[in-house]
Amino acid sequence: MRQKKDTGLIGLTALSAAMMMAALYLALAGAPEANLKSETGRLAQRIIYFHIPTAWVGFLAFFVTFAAGVGYLRTQARRWDIVALASAEIGTAFMLGVLLSGSIWARPAWGVWWVWDERLTLSLIQFLVYAGYLMLRGTVEDPARRARFAAVYGIAAFVSVPINFIAIRLWRTQHPLMFGAEKGGLSPEMMFAFFFCLIAFTLWYAALLGHRIRLERLRDEVEAVKQNM
Amino acid sequence: MGYLRKVVAIVWKDIRAELRTKEMFSAMFVLALLVMVVFNFAFDLRVGGERVRQVAPGALWVAFAFAGVLGLNRAFVLERDRGCLEGLLLAPVDHTAIYFGKMLSTGLFMLAVEALTLPVFTAFFGVNLFDLRLVWVVLLGTWGFAGAGTLLSAMTAQTRAREVLLPILLLPVAAPVLIAAVKATAGLLDGLAPGEIAPWLRVLAAFDLIFPAIAFMTFDYVLKE
Repeated sequence: MRQKKDTGLIGLTALSAAMMMAALYLALAGAPEANLKSETGRLAQRIIYFHIPTAWVGFLAFFVTFAAGVGYLRTQARRWDIVALASAEIGTAFMLGVLLSGSIWARPAWGVWWVWDERLTLSLIQFLVYAGYLMLRGTVEDPARRARFAAVYGIAAFVSVPINFIAIRLWRTQHPLMFGAEKGGLSPEMMFAFFFCLIAFTLWYAALLGHRIRLERLRDEVEAVKQNM
Repeated sequence: MGYLRKVVAIVWKDIRAELRTKEMFSAMFVLALLVMVVFNFAFDLRVGGERVRQVAPGALWVAFAFAGVLGLNRAFVLERDRGCLEGLLLAPVDHTAIYFGKMLSTGLFMLAVEALTLPVFTAFFGVNLFDLRLVWVVLLGTWGFAGAGTLLSAMTAQTRAREVLLPILLLPVAAPVLIAAVKATAGLLDGLAPGEIAPWLRVLAAFDLIFPAIAFMTFDYVLKE
């Protein structure tokens, strides 16, 4: 059984690795240059092929944590807790990636590392909320209780996203859609590169999730063996 | 005994316990005062100063939020002492009644602190806060903060980190409450039209409904042994 599952994971990993290499090529060289005046601007624009897919994976991962939390509360099955944990860890890492890559782009494009724009603020709050999720898990000893608390917090945290988004959007009305115009200006070739990167990142997420779940299962097995000794 | 009477019984128990010591209330109120003092140092706020109007709504809600975190922390940590929580769990009430009881009692303590803080704030900084509409903003904001805070506090009280963890979990999750409450308060101070404040009240109302609803569905799992 394990053998078969591992083969699937190896295949997925290989596929996502190949896709990510191609995505890297498309983002850095393959996609046509943006129609921007400055050289730096044209180079900086290429970050969207990685930045937006990173954000997408972050939110997808938090949704999976939410769904796995609901699954855990309904079944009390350890496998749901493992999925929730794995996805939250990956999501938090990707959220940090969004914040960092966004800052790197903002410096040449806006002249500052950070503005309190609605999306930036929301991403930062998301990152902090899920850093809290990982801290909460770290401070509960009993595995069943840890899983229950994490599931409840994961649900509450995810439900707060839309309210947060509305509040922040209302609050920052003076900064309307900073990315909106740019995204509409993608040519068909750029669109291809963009969606290719989106799929590559999603596969990468799936592969990471598979590896993290496998790692946690192995840890459980080691625990069980230790108990039996 | 009806559900509502069970909730009231828990609220009444907390109020009586608090009236005997007045520990929590004094701590919350003193912290609210200290926040005002710190804001005065940090932003040079004084009566008639130019920055007061800009900073006042934020200073006010930081004071409320910090006092609230203090109170919320005690709500369940207090019950862990000498097995009170086990006693409460053995009582023939639905666990959600415990949530609503705790949320209401902590909310009432927060409101009591806020009722005292508002006149002091008015005196300290010369910003007139005697406005009936502000009462609604304070009520909605406190309800939402206590609603999310009680759910999280019930969890953090059972962790190793206890008091340390609650603000870290609550402040980002309750960010919409703080944003909306601060903006609504600022709108009232600036004399904006009701139509411009209404969206903020709607954000508060949405949060106030959604968080108790989540707690209603999940609180059993939080208190389960």
